[in-house]
Amino acid sequence: MRPGIFHTLCTLVAALAFTSNVLAEQVQVAVAANFTAPLQAIAAEFEQDTGHRVLASFGATGQLYAQIQHGAPFEVFLSADASTPAKLDSDGLGISGSRFTYAIGSLVLWSANPSYLDGSSAALMANQYRHLAMANPKAAPYGLAAREVLETLGLSAAVKGKLVEGQSISQTHQFIATGNAELGFVALSQVFKDGQLTGGSAWMVPAELHTPIKQDGLLLKKGEHNPAAAAFIEYLKGAKAAAIIKSYGYQL
Amino acid sequence: MPLTHADVAAVWLTLELASLTTVVLLLLGTPIAWWLARTDSRWKQPIGAIVALPLVLPPTVIGFYLLVSMGPHGVIGQLTQSLGLGTLTFTFTGLVIGSVFYSLPFVVQPLQNAFEAIGRGPLEAAATLRAGPWDAFFTVVLPLAKPGFVTASVLGFAHTVGEFGVVLMIGGNIPGKTQVASVQIYNHVETMEYAQAHWLAGGMLLFSFIVLLALYSGRSNKRIWQ
Repeated sequence: MRPGIFHTLCTLVAALAFTSNVLAEQVQVAVAANFTAPLQAIAAEFEQDTGHRVLASFGATGQLYAQIQHGAPFEVFLSADASTPAKLDSDGLGISGSRFTYAIGSLVLWSANPSYLDGSSAALMANQYRHLAMANPKAAPYGLAAREVLETLGLSAAVKGKLVEGQSISQTHQFIATGNAELGFVALSQVFKDGQLTGGSAWMVPAELHTPIKQDGLLLKKGEHNPAAAAFIEYLKGAKAAAIIKSYGYQL
Repeated sequence: MPLTHADVAAVWLTLELASLTTVVLLLLGTPIAWWLARTDSRWKQPIGAIVALPLVLPPTVIGFYLLVSMGPHGVIGQLTQSLGLGTLTFTFTGLVIGSVFYSLPFVVQPLQNAFEAIGRGPLEAAATLRAGPWDAFFTVVLPLAKPGFVTASVLGFAHTVGEFGVVLMIGGNIPGKTQVASVQIYNHVETMEYAQAHWLAGGMLLFSFIVLLALYSGRSNKRIWQ
């Protein structure tokens, strides 16, 4: 090997070593599907500000819970409810005292058709649709909230046979977005950005029709010694993240 | 037994779906397999490849295309709506259509092999005895291809029982309509109801083993199986 090439190679190796910054770590986050869009926005900012990398897995809260129970490598868990992180905490899989509320979710009845809903529950009560979509209440807290709304409105029996269930709130959104279900209950964050709907029509479900969707996060045992995991949680509690979270229609 | 009412309904629905799919596949697959076995057309390879696609495609691809095309803005959706049938997603009929696509190669390929193995000899002999083409098909081809039909039916049925991804994407998890056993197992696992998941999953495992065992035993006993 000629000295010139050898020198170039050494420089290259050194350069590669420097780009994978010694301080930069990676954090694996399990995220409830409703929080997909805000998390991606927050993660981008976080990566830029700290140099750490975020590896996010999105799914239904119940599904992620089952995965964590069985040794999934997640370090931070952002749930769509408060009870699942509490369960993980008492199972000994979380770091006690690390639980915190990162957002209060809003439920919305949404249709991809811009004229189907007029901002009220009229179309829901009229019951003229073929399919009403919601998330599986056993796996997704937004599905549970949707079921409570139907019960409160006395519609449970009337919509039976018309209900279609997505395995997560993402799949529920997909059923409605493709027009296969005329309307359905999704998270406001899925159809809302910067103060307005991103498309279709909606009815903002009044919060008193269901138990508040308090969304808690938790540092998991696997992330105990990862500085990036702690840094990410701190970042989530910060002003920059709060602004992003609010822009998707969450309360804080 | 810890099986709930919904579990039992899911098992029945699965058997119903698999039976109906197998019947449709035999009616649809036989002419396709016959054509593929006999033709010298330059379309033979492309059609054969299309039939085999579900062998290699992830079920999510089939599920995604079906969800979009059977929806109100899709090609199939527009057609069914103009016929007054509404859209087929989240319906049992929709699942049958999805399953027919999904299990097509499992029926067509064994039939095609059986037809090819018969060759032209027996049919030419039948023709010299003045048997018409339909007559020859029912009295000569069907009996000779019987093992092929048995394999095709068993594989088509069993593969439909094992279907998951397509149903998950177009089914909507409706008890008694689209909530089949494989989806019900997923529901149980997702919600940590492992006892029920075990019963259903164990049943599926046993069923699949028995089906394959019967198929392989039948094969080794019959010399007609090539």
